[in-house]
Amino acid sequence: MRTFKIGGVHPHDNKIYSAHQSITECPLPQKAIIPLVQHIGAPAQAIVEKGQKVKVGELIAKAGGFVSANVHSPVSGTVNKIDTTIDAWGMKMPAVFIDVEGDEWMEGIDRSADVIHECTLEPKEIVDKIAAAGIVGLGGACFPTQVKLLPPPGKTAEVLIVNGVECEPYLTCDHQLILEHGEEIVVGIQILMKALGINRAIIGIENNKPDAIARMKELTAKVLGVEVMPLRLKYPQGGEKQLIDACIGRQVPSGALPIEVGAVVDNVATIYAVYEAVQKNMPLISRVMTVTGKHVAKPGNYKVRFGTPLTEVVAMAGGVPEDTGKIIGGGPMMGRAMNNIDMPANKRVSGLLFLPEDECRRVEPENCIRCGKCVAACPMGLEPYLLSRQAELKMWDEMEQHNVMDCIECGCCLFTCPSHRPLLDYVRMGKATVGGIIRNRQAAAKAAAEAKK
Amino acid sequence: MKLIEQKKFETDMKNLIVSPAPHAHSGDSVRKNMLLVIACLLPALAVSLIAFGWGALITTAISIVACVATEWLIAKFVLKQRPTICDCSAVLTGLLLAFNLPSALPWWIVVIGAVVAIAVGKMTFGGLGQNPFNPALVGRVFLLISFPVQMTTWPRPLGFETSYVDAATGATPLATLKQIVKGGDTGLIDQLPDLWDSFTGMIGGSLGEVSAIALLIGGIVLIACRVITWHIPVSILGTVALFAACTAPAGMCCGEYVAYSLLAGGMMLGAFFMATDYVTSPMTGWAKIIFGIGIGLIVMVIRTWGAYPEGMSFAILIMNATVPLLNKIRPRRFGEVVKK
Repeated sequence: MRTFKIGGVHPHDNKIYSAHQSITECPLPQKAIIPLVQHIGAPAQAIVEKGQKVKVGELIAKAGGFVSANVHSPVSGTVNKIDTTIDAWGMKMPAVFIDVEGDEWMEGIDRSADVIHECTLEPKEIVDKIAAAGIVGLGGACFPTQVKLLPPPGKTAEVLIVNGVECEPYLTCDHQLILEHGEEIVVGIQILMKALGINRAIIGIENNKPDAIARMKELTAKVLGVEVMPLRLKYPQGGEKQLIDACIGRQVPSGALPIEVGAVVDNVATIYAVYEAVQKNMPLISRVMTVTGKHVAKPGNYKVRFGTPLTEVVAMAGGVPEDTGKIIGGGPMMGRAMNNIDMPANKRVSGLLFLPEDECRRVEPENCIRCGKCVAACPMGLEPYLLSRQAELKMWDEMEQHNVMDCIECGCCLFTCPSHRPLLDYVRMGKATVGGIIRNRQAAAKAAAEAKK
Repeated sequence: MKLIEQKKFETDMKNLIVSPAPHAHSGDSVRKNMLLVIACLLPALAVSLIAFGWGALITTAISIVACVATEWLIAKFVLKQRPTICDCSAVLTGLLLAFNLPSALPWWIVVIGAVVAIAVGKMTFGGLGQNPFNPALVGRVFLLISFPVQMTTWPRPLGFETSYVDAATGATPLATLKQIVKGGDTGLIDQLPDLWDSFTGMIGGSLGEVSAIALLIGGIVLIACRVITWHIPVSILGTVALFAACTAPAGMCCGEYVAYSLLAGGMMLGAFFMATDYVTSPMTGWAKIIFGIGIGLIVMVIRTWGAYPEGMSFAILIMNATVPLLNKIRPRRFGEVVKK
């Protein structure tokens, strides 16, 4: 069974709490707060005004650039105000506040459960529809999906890689989505293949989800060019570069995008959203979130409209457990600890994890014993012990030479360190600084080149 | 009900812990690694007890106590740090030092060795993780140079008949081998111990190094538990075997000489437990292999042409010095070689 070649760790997957819990709809909120930055790239620009009536699925903010995404209203009601809010990561950002009235949908949106297999649209029309629907990568990065479907000149896509890995411990939303909406996902894959003009797709699923592998195999048995690839359990297999390596044995060079090796990677949740947008005219207004933790009363997978306060999602799962010490947006390896859950659900939050108090404190670091376990664990082949030391000593040039910008911040180094050293904290800090230095240098070089002209 | 939950929630919020990802840990710790290595050394200690009697245990106990006490005193009163003896690294150093000493060594020499090992070999550089040389070997080599007679007086493996204070002594296989190789004295071949005895540990030598089988079992467990990797032991033993195969002395068959080279002296102990010390060995696979080959070559050069019958300690210490250089060898980066 295949997996990626360099590094990786084996955290306990802890998926039993919410695995196989069927997707439950979360009730509508009374007030919805819809952030206008739910993706990587430029913020979307609001096109509604205070007091305006909106319907579910109505465009309320337009993409603010090439790398940006539309935002649609997930509820119907009246726009209360356009103001700033604090999103799930503690960042201030513009948002549209809507007082919810009823549940009135835009015309043309097909809400039935029928699976529509036929797609007669031209590739360009498909891409336009995906862009219009505001679809972003739901695996965590939130990169606008239509951008990936338009390879830059000189590059051609050869294979679509479907990310059904869900390598983060605890999270089960993608798994459940495959089980319940596998048929739609397969249609979505065919739509994307058509949009990219390719005839090959590989669905990567880790072998801790045998039922998902079996379901996808059954569904794709008669679909030409679509292959299900079971992968050996190893974190971070869901990382884009790692998944490409695992599935087709090609490694994306440092600093390049997957298209460099002819691959386009999309998460199963994203592909489900593509299906909904193209076949049912449904913009991206909701997602499936896992709410889980060892002591959560009703851990499960909840379909949540964006803008719903996370407190209401938590209430669905039985409230905050008594002994909660940390609330994490996402999984335990790459998710971020949150300082409150009053903020609204959005495209970025794939799960809420409640860690008991006794599991969430870091152990005091000891001296580095140079065991090299971080080097062996790093999936990018870096030397975390060295990078963290260089960051401590502010040796930015040396960090750049040691390829700190390749770091994908997966956390394997810190996870594996027997001395509990805050390796990734330092590397992340160094990466941010080095990234700034590189951008400044590029800007200066550009300015100098222009001055010469 | 929702209201109650929300209210409770607001009060709870103040106590939430916020920290950067990852929020999970493998559960590995320095202490766990040290304890595992110690556990893997216990079979060899048991054999030593059988071979050399209570002397083995007394020497080991003195060495461990002296090492831990030295570390505690220096951390507490000289460096004024929180003593780190709980990580068990001083216990391991003490155990390894004892394994490298004759079982009948006077107690005060053991204490001197332990003090040098910890004080000079480890704490001078700032404690665990900072030392360039293997502390136990620093202690051992210091004793070997300072007390050459006592350090090369090897009790014979007579079991519990061996007294700690007044042991019957004899030559080690390596000393005999040396005379055969260097002196060309082929008549001594008969005096070499049985290969089986060399394998099980019923031969003369330092107290913990004699039993190849016990050390081999411990070493394989260490590799299986992922405490160490295969690179260093395999490259050392491979190099030594190859070297021995090419330089077998007249009158001995090649396989026999290879077997003695691998089983005698500190070869197994050094290859699995001393050279693989985290702090003083390189980080990446290829660097570890070069490190191992270097040790293998140096030890055979010393054994064949040097003044000492055994060169494992020197070989490891010399290669320890090359570790900063070997750490310049970087791991293979992701995407470095693009397959077309």
